[in-house]
Amino acid sequence: MADLRTSFAGIAAPNPFWLASAPPTDKAYNVARAFRAGWGGVVWKTLGEDPPIVNVSSRYGGISYNGTRIAGFSNIELITDRPLQVNLDEIKQVKRDWPDRAVLVSLMVPCTEESWQRILAQVEDTGCDGVELNFGCPHGMSERNMGSAVGQVPEYVEMVTRWCKQHTRMPVIVKLTPNVTDILAPAAAAQRGGADGVSLINTVQSITGVDLDLMAPEPVVDGLGTHGGYCGPAVKPIALRMVADIARALPRLPVSGIGGISTWRDAAEFIALGAGSVQVCTAAMHRGFKIVEDMIDGLANWMDGKAYRTIDQVRGRAVRNYVHWNDLNLNYKTIARIDQSLCIKCGLCHIGCEDTSHQAIAALRIDGTRRYEVIEAECVGCNLCYLACPVDGCITMVRQETGDAAMTWEQHPNNPLRKEQAA
Amino acid sequence: MTEIGDIAAGRLDTAQLAAHFADAHPPPSPAQAVVEANRCYFCFDAPCVEACPTGIDIPAFIRKIATGNLLGSAQTILTANILGGSCARVCPTEELCERACVHTAQEGKPIQIGALQRHATDWLMDRGIAPFTRAEPTGRRVAVVGAGPAGLACAHGLALHGHDVTIFEAKPKPGGLNEYGIAAYKVADDYAQREIGFILAIGGITIEYGKALGCDITLDALRQDFDAVFLGIGQAGVRALGLENETMAGLRDAIDFIAELRQAPKDRVAVGRRVVVIGGGNTAIDAATQARRLGAEDVTIVYRRGPEQMTATDDEQAWAQTNNVRIRHWAAPVRLISGVAPGTQHATVTSVEFARTTIDAAGRLILTDARFVLAADMVLKAIGQHFRPDPLGAMLALQDGRIAVDDDRRTSLPDVYAGGDCVPGPDLTVVAVQDGKRAAAAIHRQFGG
Repeated sequence: MADLRTSFAGIAAPNPFWLASAPPTDKAYNVARAFRAGWGGVVWKTLGEDPPIVNVSSRYGGISYNGTRIAGFSNIELITDRPLQVNLDEIKQVKRDWPDRAVLVSLMVPCTEESWQRILAQVEDTGCDGVELNFGCPHGMSERNMGSAVGQVPEYVEMVTRWCKQHTRMPVIVKLTPNVTDILAPAAAAQRGGADGVSLINTVQSITGVDLDLMAPEPVVDGLGTHGGYCGPAVKPIALRMVADIARALPRLPVSGIGGISTWRDAAEFIALGAGSVQVCTAAMHRGFKIVEDMIDGLANWMDGKAYRTIDQVRGRAVRNYVHWNDLNLNYKTIARIDQSLCIKCGLCHIGCEDTSHQAIAALRIDGTRRYEVIEAECVGCNLCYLACPVDGCITMVRQETGDAAMTWEQHPNNPLRKEQAA
Repeated sequence: MTEIGDIAAGRLDTAQLAAHFADAHPPPSPAQAVVEANRCYFCFDAPCVEACPTGIDIPAFIRKIATGNLLGSAQTILTANILGGSCARVCPTEELCERACVHTAQEGKPIQIGALQRHATDWLMDRGIAPFTRAEPTGRRVAVVGAGPAGLACAHGLALHGHDVTIFEAKPKPGGLNEYGIAAYKVADDYAQREIGFILAIGGITIEYGKALGCDITLDALRQDFDAVFLGIGQAGVRALGLENETMAGLRDAIDFIAELRQAPKDRVAVGRRVVVIGGGNTAIDAATQARRLGAEDVTIVYRRGPEQMTATDDEQAWAQTNNVRIRHWAAPVRLISGVAPGTQHATVTSVEFARTTIDAAGRLILTDARFVLAADMVLKAIGQHFRPDPLGAMLALQDGRIAVDDDRRTSLPDVYAGGDCVPGPDLTVVAVQDGKRAAAAIHRQFGG
């Protein structure tokens, strides 16, 4: 059986599945339920200075896609709205009750060294395993010059990280906002400031929808809306890219992956692209903590099937194959193949290709029976039909032997800037 | 139990009867409809559309349900099939659109197209929305004979173009088989009449009741008085068993029984304690199942061939069996056995003798010497109807015993069109609607439209 134990930035946990700093980790009650369900760790919902902030009523927006609820999720909730000492007392008790689990504490205070110094001392006293600096919250707190207002300025990220490393012996994780042009800038700044790791992504600035009766953005608060932070399955591709960019460019910086992770497969993908732990929120809010059961044994079973014994053997394994576009082989060629015995005649392969792509799938009638056939000369191997086909295995993309050696754009004769081959 | 001629009304109390004759297949909830609509792949060249005799753009109307555009969805349906509401209830979808659905090929669970069609059309009708506007009156006048699905569809199509339509209907109510010939629980809550109200709201259509072709009106006179004539007169003839004493008490045409169930209060409809239904079509199923639901103890359908040859669909056969109707195949009635009930004078049926049947080397159905007898207080004959050409006055060419028509549903006379069960083809409501629709379009073209 695969060993799922992890040590992330020196923080041990029985498995890589942590609950992200969010509503599920706001109270001892919830966290204890999570640990009983099997979660490997939590990042306690962000603490701030007293007096506590005030949250609004109507906090979440959701995207239902073709009947699938919460395909995307957004929130306009702020950090914890409970008094600091209440949280600190609960954290201390939880860590005492669950010594084998990772308990990190998310923090967000004003951008002064004294504020960070003060709260770090209080948090250290709880016996928790580390802190996560919330430089990601994209709504509300950012209007108060905290959260993503810090995370969007690499110099601030570096400065605050350095303060924290000076004032605590606990591991310091920096949580990054995706609401930047280049995720490497704040990630590198965190590393320069001495961060023990980064976690990402925090939520994406968003409006999930518009109430067309009220003519107000959702979620609606008394007739008005504000932008929120978007998360859930819909953001996973964005998160994967950012995690992979950091893993590729800053290979020694531990990364805790966050963003739409709902299943063991999602987790395996984040780990393959460099994540040393993964953090989950939306999936748990949608279906409860029990989902971790499948995450744990699903990941272990998959690892067993691939003969991976430890998470470290999986971690980063796909990073070496994550390259720049210019490194792709332009002589690689695939063509769609339709298994006629599986075809159900929905015609989706044809109409997508015909209307929007390469006119490479013919719609035929043979003795009155529909038949969809690939026109190989026209097929560019784009995958559209393969993706649209509702039948697993009906359309496959088959590699064509061109006989040509691999050639990148750097080498291609059409590239006016190509590097001349040495004579 | 030796009682003779036990035929009685009110075998069940009114609450039981109300439950037994309520909507047999209630509509999906709005939530169910959206979930189901989202299963649809929105196929290109969708096989379901091709399988629909009226060619409803099924993927389009289903997508509109999924997006909450129910008005648009209903318009898509009704543009192709003005009786889309009753077709949603009575169509053998499992043999048409739902059989063709690609989900049937993929996982054996087609989109519930009929239920979704009902969802959209009910939404519109429940709100009293009139989705169509009549064109300016043209002054052209068309006579439609028969207010069944074919006649109504034709009348609506013509009225839409501004032509004036007079429908001549022999019965006191419109609807044809929708009103008289279909099991009550398939079109519950007076749906047939509500739908007709919706159709007639287009304007320009008047109906004259009690006007039967060949009796009160003639084709000749109609041709003189109107610019065109559409015949949707159905099949008036009922086949007989060909047995001795077929008119004895206890025997009845299934279509009369079905019609009475639609017109009379259920507690006034008499049914035998033991019922034998002879036939293999949906009429046999409707009669037998409704007999059970009226409170008959023992109901048996006897069909002279096997289950594959029954014109009743598999779903209909299963529905009957779910209602505890027994179906016996490969037997034909050879003798009616009668008795005299105590205190009465006349003979009434007490049982039916059947001969087991088989197929001979030439493929013909033959009776064997093997016999069995089924006790029956009531025998319902459901062995089919046929077209009676005599009301036409021998003016029209026939084909296969029905009125010959071309693709436009035009008969051998240039100003006379026909459709529905009186022309060759499947006897389905949806086919009748398509006939009426095609004829209306052709008549409109003939008028220079």
